[in-house]
Amino acid sequence: MNRFDFIQPITIEDAIAAWRPGAAWLGGGTNLVDLMKTGALQPELVIDITHLPGLGTIETLPDGSTRIGALANNSDLAHDPGISRRFPMLAEAILSGASGQLRNAATVGGNLMQRTRCAYFQDPNAACNRRVPGLGCDAREGENANLAILGWSASCIATNPSDFCVSLAALDAVVEVQGPAGRREIAFTDFHHLPGDTPERENALKPGELILALRLPAEAAQFATNSRYLKLRDRTSFAFAIASAAAALRLESGRIAEARLALGAVAAKPWRVTEAETLLTGHIPDPALFERAADAALAGAAPSGGNAWKIDLARRTAARALVMAAAGTPARMPALPASPFGELTGEPTHA
Amino acid sequence: MPDILSRPFRFGSNSGQPITRRDGIAKVTGTAIFAADNMPDRLLHAVIVPAGIARGRVTHLDAEAAEAHPGVTHVITPQNRPPLQGDPSAKTMMFSFRIEVLQDDAVRYAGQPIAMVLGETLEAATEGAHLLSPRYDVEPARVRLDDSPSFAFDPAGFGLPADVEHGDVDAGHRAARWVVDATYETAAQYHNAMETHAIVAEWDGDRLTLDMPSQALAISCAAYAFYFGIPAGNVTLRSPYLGGGFGSKAFATGPQVLAILAARMTGRPVKLMLTRQQMFGPVGHRGATRQRLRLGADDRAALTVIDHEGLAETSSFDDFVEPAAGASQGLYAARALRSTHRAVRLDIGTPGPMRAPGEASGSAALECAMDEMAEQIGIDPLEFRLRNYAETEPGTGRPYSSKALRECYMQAAERFGWAGRPLKPGQMRDDNGLLVGWGMGTALFPCPMFAAEARATLRPDGTALVETSAADMGQGAWTALAQIAADSLGLPLEKLEFRSGHSGLPDAGVAGGSGHTATAGGALHAAGSDVIRQLGEIAAADPASPLYGSGNAGFVARDGRLYVADDDSRSEAFAEIIGRAGGAAITGNGTASRPPEDAERHAMSSHGAVFAEVKVDPDLYQMRVTRMVGAFAAGRIINPRLAESQLMGGMIWGISFALHEEARHDPRTGRIVNADFAGYHVPVNADVRGLEVITVHEDDPYVNALGIKGVGEIGITGAVGAIANAIWHATGKRIRRFPIRIEDLSTA
Repeated sequence: MNRFDFIQPITIEDAIAAWRPGAAWLGGGTNLVDLMKTGALQPELVIDITHLPGLGTIETLPDGSTRIGALANNSDLAHDPGISRRFPMLAEAILSGASGQLRNAATVGGNLMQRTRCAYFQDPNAACNRRVPGLGCDAREGENANLAILGWSASCIATNPSDFCVSLAALDAVVEVQGPAGRREIAFTDFHHLPGDTPERENALKPGELILALRLPAEAAQFATNSRYLKLRDRTSFAFAIASAAAALRLESGRIAEARLALGAVAAKPWRVTEAETLLTGHIPDPALFERAADAALAGAAPSGGNAWKIDLARRTAARALVMAAAGTPARMPALPASPFGELTGEPTHA
Repeated sequence: MPDILSRPFRFGSNSGQPITRRDGIAKVTGTAIFAADNMPDRLLHAVIVPAGIARGRVTHLDAEAAEAHPGVTHVITPQNRPPLQGDPSAKTMMFSFRIEVLQDDAVRYAGQPIAMVLGETLEAATEGAHLLSPRYDVEPARVRLDDSPSFAFDPAGFGLPADVEHGDVDAGHRAARWVVDATYETAAQYHNAMETHAIVAEWDGDRLTLDMPSQALAISCAAYAFYFGIPAGNVTLRSPYLGGGFGSKAFATGPQVLAILAARMTGRPVKLMLTRQQMFGPVGHRGATRQRLRLGADDRAALTVIDHEGLAETSSFDDFVEPAAGASQGLYAARALRSTHRAVRLDIGTPGPMRAPGEASGSAALECAMDEMAEQIGIDPLEFRLRNYAETEPGTGRPYSSKALRECYMQAAERFGWAGRPLKPGQMRDDNGLLVGWGMGTALFPCPMFAAEARATLRPDGTALVETSAADMGQGAWTALAQIAADSLGLPLEKLEFRSGHSGLPDAGVAGGSGHTATAGGALHAAGSDVIRQLGEIAAADPASPLYGSGNAGFVARDGRLYVADDDSRSEAFAEIIGRAGGAAITGNGTASRPPEDAERHAMSSHGAVFAEVKVDPDLYQMRVTRMVGAFAAGRIINPRLAESQLMGGMIWGISFALHEEARHDPRTGRIVNADFAGYHVPVNADVRGLEVITVHEDDPYVNALGIKGVGEIGITGAVGAIANAIWHATGKRIRRFPIRIEDLSTA
């Protein structure tokens, strides 16, 4: 590990004032510290934000929206009764990610800031435009079976690893940030960037900006009865998605009044597909309709390497998530959240 | 550093009893001291620098930058590495590997140590290692089986099965009414014990003390003594606890030799513990294989031939070739049988023995091919195996020392509910619409026995000390061996002090080959019996003893008393016999090895049958093993709880082999891109649902005096094929490459 300065400010203002280029915010540390150990990231200043006041609360605001402090940990959020009642898809997505130990440590803000798990980003010996602009992309000719099929560019084919963020994108969350120039808000779907020619610009944060909270609009709770997160992976727990989808429907008189659909593990950002949502709106839910919506969701998909197989799989995942959403949110969180095996009866709770 | 266990926490009775691990509480409460827990005064921390390329030459290391870092004390490179007294390329014994210890600037695989940095703290040494910033002359990496030409290789010579040919193979092919000709691939797997390789080395003159997890204490001492030019007796190796080994802790490794060298060079104790990432390279692995199976069967579903060709990777500088085709040698009664091997030299670390070396990969391919043949013929896979049941060893005709495989098939099938399984695939669904498939495979593992020594001392107070340098990797040797020792002395376990895990004790041989309980246990049994024999002689010659004059009848030891063999009314407590004889402790010595004539006359193997149920999502292809039942016949079971746990562990590794485990190389740099536990998958608890083990008793008078065959590795065999066959049965898709992934099913 390289040598770095370490500070623990106790006010947000001090934290922001302390920031300088080359600094990194430290929350739960579940991603940053690993990358510092391997040498993939070498911040000169680590600012521990876990002592900042007021960033860990989950509250309902007067306008009916829900505000989640950036330092709330993933476990607390997933098990918050209000969250699981109003936004069960968020809880399901969180519980399908990482492991219990990691979820206990990882923060909400950190979840948004997760770096790609592309092996070449994580390996300091490899060329990666996202880690070092202009160095090249070893993933293009390397092990890329699980990399992007949507929104990738010649300079980067990485995917965003978060499950939580897929559901946030579907529910129109808002990110509250504060920086040297004051506070502002970023629509969730604008938060993560596609790589283009500047894959190193992973998100919309300006230099020195710190995530304070997430906000879910009151309307997002209208999907509570018909929303699911579905995640495919090569083992049942503690594995990143091969394909995932967050699907939410608001049904009125048997018709889809409003739909939300976002895909995970397919692009450098959670892949919200409003075209598919429009296609669903006004129709009676049925599998053929969901297939058409899923087709629309994958429009424009193209393999970035040896991953053409993922396109059809992502399409099937999207269609299934819609079927599951239409069937209704389960009364209790499945023992294996977000899993095709989650509905097995008698499943022990050990996800 | 405790050499023995703290006082045991729970005792039951002895052999045959499901006693819990005597070291269990020490381990789960953190009081067990593992090698890397040792922190002697003046300790230096060592960190190796792994090569970032797979082939080429190191052209530059920034030693100045590293040395300038505060806390870094030494940078060891090929330029300044002190000499070794033994040639690191020498093969001094059957289990020797060529080791990489900075002998030159060549890079032979990614992850090879190219320098070592020492520091006052681990952090300083780690940063020093980063600062070396190596530069290379790079040559193209060869990491895939097709990247180099193959050559014929006979795996004999490493204690592995040699290539064989029995019967007329060509005639077997010609006589076939049914033919399977299929090629299977298995991925490279890396031993990833919970405890990575560690060592604390300290010199005192020409005497060396090592705290290091070891599966083979005497072999390790001899190897290190060779490299450093000292008598083996000058090496003290303490290995009271191992956090797993799986075959990778039985040999001297380059990083550990470098740590010892660093300790000698600096005159200070040196500690090295590999990171998880560093486990992928210098400490062995299970080499990737490609296996062609050609089976022939006649009209009556009798195998006319098994023709098994194995191709496996080895390194550019040493030979270890996963002997996969050997798995076909002793199982089915084919009229003709051939198993041959070829090897490919790649820019990888040298493979080595990893739990069920050869048998695991070979069984995976063989059991799949058997299933494909049963499908072709149109008979039940179990029925097909029964029709080809080997009553004597295929090829040689030797009788088995014991073989309860038929009982394993029947009991496991019954328990699993195999009857009524549809022959055709894709016929079963569960209530949730998931595809359900059932598959099975036969398990087979040889039961070798090595040489071991043990010592037993009966103290005047009637308690005993037994000693042998056995290795408890977590399998429970400390418990099972103590049970055997207590029985041999006729003592309850609480009267026994068991010392192990120290090279100063009698040599218990290697904990490997599934032979440790039989081998070390045999020596302990002999040592205890020697004590009882001496005690009997004393009593029989002592007119004051109730046993006086009964020497011809023989004696039986039980509950701390010696009885006349045929007369329970005549007995005396051990302590009384010793007391009258002057109160001196009685020491007995024992050795164990298998008489060559027994080994020659009989085929000896453990057997088993594994049945698996998988469920597969019909649209999304996610799959999961939902049930497994394995029945195993492995001679006498000393501790059913530990044996079943071992067998379960093997079956779980079967899940891992079938569905998860794979080291993936970048094709250009040759680096392993998933060298950590986030990327290198092994099953989590949620991947292992119903798992049931049945042990079928065998009385085997030939394998060894105790009738023990061993259970350490057989659980993997059979299981891999059973799972792949179940996936076919669920989906109709034959995936002939392991691990089987969603990607494979979605593109098949």
